[in-house]
Amino acid sequence: MGVLVDAHASTEQPERREFLKSATGVITGVLALGSPLALIAPSRVWAADLKVFSTAEGAALMAMTRTIAPHDKLEDAAYAIVVQSADSDVAADPALRKLLTEGIATLGTGFATAPEETRVAQLKKIEQTPFFQTMRVKTLSVLYATEMAYRYFGYEGEAYSKGGYLFRGFNDLRWLPEVPLADSGPVPAKA
Amino acid sequence: MAKFDLNDDGVVVIVGSGAGGGTLAHELTRRGIKVVLLEAGKRQSLATFSQDPNVAFAQLTWLDPRTTSGTATVFQDYPTLPSWTAKTVGGTTVHWTGATPRVRPWEMKTRTTYGELKGASCLDWPIEFEELKRYYQLAEKRMVVTRRNGNPGLPASNHFKVLYNGAKKIGYKRVHTNYMAINTRPADGRAFCIQQGFCVQGCKTGAKWSTLYTEIPRAEATGKLDLRTECMATRIEHGPDGLVNGVVYRDSQGKEQRQKARIVCVACNAVETPRLLLMSESGKFPQGLANSHDQVGRHYSHHVGGFVWGIFDKPIHMWRGTTLAGIVEDETINDPKRGFVGGYHLEMAALDLPSLPLAGLPYNWGRDFASIMEHYRSMAGIFINGEDIPRATNRITLNRDVKDAYGLPVPNIHIDEHENNGAMRAHAQKQAKALYEAVGAKRVVHTRQTPSTHNMCTARMSKDPRDGVTNAHGQTHDIKNLFISDGSAMTTPSSANPTLTIVALALRQAEFISREMAARNI
Repeated sequence: MGVLVDAHASTEQPERREFLKSATGVITGVLALGSPLALIAPSRVWAADLKVFSTAEGAALMAMTRTIAPHDKLEDAAYAIVVQSADSDVAADPALRKLLTEGIATLGTGFATAPEETRVAQLKKIEQTPFFQTMRVKTLSVLYATEMAYRYFGYEGEAYSKGGYLFRGFNDLRWLPEVPLADSGPVPAKA
Repeated sequence: MAKFDLNDDGVVVIVGSGAGGGTLAHELTRRGIKVVLLEAGKRQSLATFSQDPNVAFAQLTWLDPRTTSGTATVFQDYPTLPSWTAKTVGGTTVHWTGATPRVRPWEMKTRTTYGELKGASCLDWPIEFEELKRYYQLAEKRMVVTRRNGNPGLPASNHFKVLYNGAKKIGYKRVHTNYMAINTRPADGRAFCIQQGFCVQGCKTGAKWSTLYTEIPRAEATGKLDLRTECMATRIEHGPDGLVNGVVYRDSQGKEQRQKARIVCVACNAVETPRLLLMSESGKFPQGLANSHDQVGRHYSHHVGGFVWGIFDKPIHMWRGTTLAGIVEDETINDPKRGFVGGYHLEMAALDLPSLPLAGLPYNWGRDFASIMEHYRSMAGIFINGEDIPRATNRITLNRDVKDAYGLPVPNIHIDEHENNGAMRAHAQKQAKALYEAVGAKRVVHTRQTPSTHNMCTARMSKDPRDGVTNAHGQTHDIKNLFISDGSAMTTPSSANPTLTIVALALRQAEFISREMAARNI
């Protein structure tokens, strides 16, 4: 699972790509400067192929995930991973496919480009539906597990491979007084 | 590892390999007793534990379907996860945080202490605290619990400094890095804690005690343990004499097997334990096993729980360090002047980034939600852990309309929380807010009840057979060779994280079973 960074995407129209590839839809974007992906990608332009959703459906879901978890400075590519994950789920699950494609249809054609307050008002109305809840859980469970989100939120993730946080800042907070030893315990000596 | 014949009717069959079942298996096998240990999950190891929280969740969690009913908000907020238990060798001792507070003496006498509470089914334990204390001491030695037996405490993390200073500022006295079954130095053949976080994904250093890499391999080394993984018990059988004589299960290939048994011990956590007893209904026991007084599955208890998050303007990095090494004990008292009976712990609790929005901020979305997430670096968390008031109507039943992958009725969990819980939770939230504001929190947010990893009391110990399912040894009142060996047997939930108590009771039960076997009473 991941966003396909494609150097050719910049010269080809999405419609043409759709025709040429087996994919149904595609969502595209430009990586932010300084993005971890930008360092390794051949081009800052990215494209995520969709197996089931059309380009328009992909755009509606992109807008929906951004409305659910709006972090303005978190790049689109992170949200595209959510849409790609949902796309791959529906490819394997016809009932889910029906739920999501019908749900997207109820959002209407203008949803993807509507201002945020309009999108929020629309989603508020369907907050209790299985469609919204499925996409809410999908967004939260995929978005914050991406490498881009880890970087964005300053989350350092696993530390086992680096010897834990014992000598990497687990107790480096200095804006509060230290805790007496009687209420805590000794820091193990560095091996 | 031993391999016993399916027709060997001299074995003790234990269903479930967690804190209760895993400990009991070791205690019986080291006394020379043959044990077949059935575990529905797979066997992981320090090497196979994942550091991707989503992968670890899928690897360790009991995700078989369950239905719910009742007014409990947890069912609305977490529709797919009404309780949070494990399906893996070692059970919830793989997933647990290592916190090992004891049940308080007065919490073992809730009917006496709290009096007649409307809509409650409080009951005094059939064991005295002094008796349980002996086994607490044995359990604490075995699990190498910090701050007990001369063991040092865990060191203070950034996250703990916030809890500690806030707690002290609002006048709390008993605040420390908790009693934890986590090594602070090499012990018990296991490494020490390197403050890596990821306690609940399976501890990759093995610093946290788990039956997976302590009791179970030691039981295997005796040559008396036959551990069968991916084996789901579906029915306990009995003979015309009313004694149990075997366990039917599906093996890892989905094939039905039947293991004969001299004794059966059920330790499947408080949802699946009563489910198995109820599914074992027969002509002789139409209400299920050990259920002559309609007590199996009743009094289902969790803890009054929920997160409180303090949002600061200075960095904390709560994920760095042991997940739950911090506790405030001052509210673990019974002082009805607060507006409720019973007490609660405030426990420091961190969540990794992927888990926070799902487990820690469950019903949120949009700008406000995102603004909380934006402060992930400078957040601190408290988990409320308070005594749930038991009710006979909070119960596990079989939902015959919904079937699992084996075609068996799924368990239905019904909860209508007692009003005492709401008053306690509100008090705890208020105190946690004051605690964080005392050290400069800009904003404090909280969740409602979260999916419980502490599930108890559905086959409870009682002096009078009409009040519960087992006697003080976890031996069922109805069937003398059928035992309950997990938190289901706890009479009431107390405010303590249950693992230590489950281990203590398992140590005590093992003495009883081996004594009774030697005396040919069972």
